Amino acid sequence: MKFSENWLRELVEIKADRAALAHALTMAGLEVEELTVLGEGLAGVVVAEIVGTEKHPEADRLQVCKVDAGQGELLQIVCGAPNARIGIKVPLATVGANLPGGIAIKAARLRGAESFGMLCSAKELGIDADASGLLELPLDAPVGQSLADYLGLPDASIELKLTPNRPDCLGLVGLAHDVAALFGSAVKVPEQAAAAVTSAARRGIRLEAGKDAPRYLGRIVEGIDPAARTPLWLAERLRRSGLRPIGAVVDITNYVMLELGQPLHAFDNDTLQGDIVVRHAHAGETLKLLDGSEAKPGEDFVLIADEHKALAVAGVMGGFDSRVTEATRNIFLESAHFAPAAIMGRARKLGLHTDASHRFERGVDPELPRRALERATELLLSIAGGNAGPVLVAENLVDLPKPATVTLRRARLKRVLGVDVADAEVARIFTALGMRVDIDAEGWQITAPSSRFDVEREEDLIEEVARISGYDNIPTHSPAGALALAIEPEARINELALREQLAARGYYEAVNLSFVAAELLVRWGFTEQLVPLANPLSADLAIMRPSLLPGLIEALRHNRARQQERVRLFEVARVFAAGDPPVETPSLAIVACGNARGEQWGEPSRQLDFHDLKGDLDALIAWGGEPQRWSVHADGLPGWLHPGRGARVARDGETVGYLGALHPQLAKALDLGADVHVLELALEPLLARRLPLARPVPRFPAVRRDIAMDLPEEISWSQIEQAVRGSLGARLQELRLFDRYSGKGVEAGRKSLAMGLILQDASRTLTDDDADCCVREAIAALEQTCKAKLRG
Amino acid sequence: MDDLDSRAAQSLAEIDKVDTLEALDALRVSLLGKSGIVTAALKALGALAADERKVRGAEVNRVKDRLADALAARKQVLEQAELDRRLASEKLDISLPGRDGERGGIHPITRALERISAIFARLGYQRADGPEIEDDWHNFEALNFPPHHPARAMHDTFYFGDGRLLRTHTSPVQIRSMKGRQPPIRIIAPGKVYRSDSDQTHSPMFHQIEGLLVDETSSFADLKGTLAEFIRAFFERDFEMRFRPSYFPFTEPSAEVDIRWDAEDGSTRWLEVLGCGMVHPAVLANCGIDPERYTGFAFGLGVERFAMLRYGVSDLRAFFENDLRFLKQFA
Repeated sequence: MKFSENWLRELVEIKADRAALAHALTMAGLEVEELTVLGEGLAGVVVAEIVGTEKHPEADRLQVCKVDAGQGELLQIVCGAPNARIGIKVPLATVGANLPGGIAIKAARLRGAESFGMLCSAKELGIDADASGLLELPLDAPVGQSLADYLGLPDASIELKLTPNRPDCLGLVGLAHDVAALFGSAVKVPEQAAAAVTSAARRGIRLEAGKDAPRYLGRIVEGIDPAARTPLWLAERLRRSGLRPIGAVVDITNYVMLELGQPLHAFDNDTLQGDIVVRHAHAGETLKLLDGSEAKPGEDFVLIADEHKALAVAGVMGGFDSRVTEATRNIFLESAHFAPAAIMGRARKLGLHTDASHRFERGVDPELPRRALERATELLLSIAGGNAGPVLVAENLVDLPKPATVTLRRARLKRVLGVDVADAEVARIFTALGMRVDIDAEGWQITAPSSRFDVEREEDLIEEVARISGYDNIPTHSPAGALALAIEPEARINELALREQLAARGYYEAVNLSFVAAELLVRWGFTEQLVPLANPLSADLAIMRPSLLPGLIEALRHNRARQQERVRLFEVARVFAAGDPPVETPSLAIVACGNARGEQWGEPSRQLDFHDLKGDLDALIAWGGEPQRWSVHADGLPGWLHPGRGARVARDGETVGYLGALHPQLAKALDLGADVHVLELALEPLLARRLPLARPVPRFPAVRRDIAMDLPEEISWSQIEQAVRGSLGARLQELRLFDRYSGKGVEAGRKSLAMGLILQDASRTLTDDDADCCVREAIAALEQTCKAKLRG
Repeated sequence: MDDLDSRAAQSLAEIDKVDTLEALDALRVSLLGKSGIVTAALKALGALAADERKVRGAEVNRVKDRLADALAARKQVLEQAELDRRLASEKLDISLPGRDGERGGIHPITRALERISAIFARLGYQRADGPEIEDDWHNFEALNFPPHHPARAMHDTFYFGDGRLLRTHTSPVQIRSMKGRQPPIRIIAPGKVYRSDSDQTHSPMFHQIEGLLVDETSSFADLKGTLAEFIRAFFERDFEMRFRPSYFPFTEPSAEVDIRWDAEDGSTRWLEVLGCGMVHPAVLANCGIDPERYTGFAFGLGVERFAMLRYGVSDLRAFFENDLRFLKQFA
């Protein structure tokens, strides 16, 4: 809602300057979003008439004008504006004036021609953005008058960011009532007189839309002057309120809407046939709207029609064929009440948002239509002449909203606000807001005016008290209420601690958008169980991500493209899969590329590999305290992993994620190398943690024996571990692999592994013989199950 | 005897001249070893008469002790010298970087989000969560947004074909936390939210934190007190603050909270940082909580805004680009 400050001040006494007014509005919940000062610094600018022009002898684009500024003698002014011509009235900045843009006007010679002032555009005066030429004033503008006085300047254009519960402030008179309550002053809005009826022209009105359109008023005004021009004062108020003047009739309806908050519509009466019918749209019905678009309103739309055709979408926009044109002489004015529920969302469905729909879907005072119709008639007759017919009324009183009486209890007011508000102040506030106040033992019975149908229950009244007395006047206090202590499970790793742990291991946390491009997912092979948005912002942001990895790899690529060779990122967020309801799984993903360690002076550099990432996984698993519940498997890998360098991760046998090198084909498609490794796991299993249960530390020392075995390449470490563990049982405390070698000295297709057996017995110290016996058993088991040979 | 004494005196002089540990050890053997002169002298005692042996024995032992002391002292000197030499040769360039000293960092949004959550945790607020894909009832209806209500137009909503939507705020967590539960309730619900809006100052995904308190005594004054304390705790400084009347369908009275922010150019301006209000009685009733017996307040804030203010980030989009040159600033 944008309005002219001077206009508001005309409607209500405001005992405050501009800044204080803006502050008061904001602090009353009518937030001032923008305030533009207009026409300051116009001292020395007057209305002048161009009475003579000559071409400048030295310059093609300049004219030497003779100007009458009411000073007795004519002034010579050099001017370059294309519209400078004899007979027009324009603003003249006289010598000595200082314009808002910082131009100081002095007597000057321009290419040899003397000039005593400057003829101005709207922009040069800081009134409007128009710099295309001189600001042409109406021909009846009094020569010599100060321009500021003539235009009612200075003024300010104030834009309010109104909340949807305050449609009463979408008209200046409603706003004036709120301002009056804030400043303890009175509104100065005259009673609206009824226009003299000088024509008998009438038209039937039939209400056929039930409670969606319970009141419809109309009036025919015949014989207006189609050439009538919008007076400057009215056009200026529209402009300062953000509306472009269009033509007298439309400008008048817009003006009344701004003033009272009641949207009006004017039809060309000669295009209407028979009665006005207010009805729901028929199936498949279409209508060409004022903006030229072809609307296809559904059956839940209310239309204004005549006996043959649809004329307008009620509360949204008028029709093209019945619009007022430059030739229109006979007008049918509409001033109606539509129920908010009948308008809500309708404009949006048509891809529109109009001043009318904005107001009707929030709610317009049902008592306004007659007053607005009379006001519009009054303006129309005075500006464009014509003869007004009688006010035509159709209404279903039972369907009109009635002002409710709402109880406000003194005790509840105090309970909710946490402060005592004096009875007299409460009564003053409601009275000032135009509400009827009846006092009873417990508090007050309040009846709001018809404009304030947001007042429905006690809380609405409490809010009004708080709002008008000021939120600043409510004290600050710390809650003292009962508190239930929340229990934090110890057997769960804190998510933040997990993130910090990854940071400590050299990873940076990334945050990607939750939606990704379908195309990217296809590239990765994610094509099932997807959750697409119905109305994505773009194709790039169309699908809820089924995995964190595609987005995270894009982030890796972003950094690679910016000279970052070693990238280590992680993300913790949800991934989505189709379902009813859709499945959201909090997940952790890691991507890494480049060297295993940061570039260093002391150690040879080495590219990151599978086991680096697996080390990170091991560390996370170790944190949970139950590594024996976890396993990795070479089978069942997704297509985006390298089939020989990827692993499926399971906990208690259930797959919870994957890690490994990207599949070379995918890596190539993404312009990445073999060094890129990824991991993605469901978060919850990682956060599970064993609550420690202490055991006594072993009383007898451990013994270590090292063996080196020669084995076939395809025998996996987990097979070896299994064989050794199986043969030694509880006496094997730990099996450590400390060297792995293949190449010279080892037969092709085989490898040499050196491992340490840490042996211990709970009941006694193991002798050398015991240890040797264990080693023999382990070797035998490896020879038997793993085709191993002891290396000499 | 004189022979031993003179040999001893000669040896003491030799000991002081020895300059390697090896030579010192050889000397020790020649003096005190099995075939050394002292041992020889001790052996010779057996041939003496008993009284003479006693006197002579004491003399020999004295010589032995003097020699042993001198050897030990010389050994210490030589060892110290050798240690000094070794230490002098073992000097490192301690200014070279250490190994594996790199660390990563958590994202500034996480950092701000966790800081905010921790402040409320200290006030007894328990962390709560809900789905990001919500239904209309939890995201709108239960929060007092009727269908097609203009207040919904302020939430540019992403929909799925089945009528579900991406939550536009964390407020549905209020509903999920209150349903099936009775006060006292204090929850804090951080999470991702979505609006179909994307430009320099809007991201289609961003983070909010919702707070909710319901009990038998809380009032708007308690809400003001709680948020004033929070702002002070988060920024570690006092701010001029103002509560401005506003409108949210699920709270009444509602307010927006502004703080007086000092811009870098020295100017100050009011900056909106929070939305809040007293929980609307209809919302409590929707969740099975008696609005006559209980009152409560709720607040919601944008994590990105707090992170931007706290860490001086001027471009919202930087949060989602994951550029390491940005992320490394928050390690």
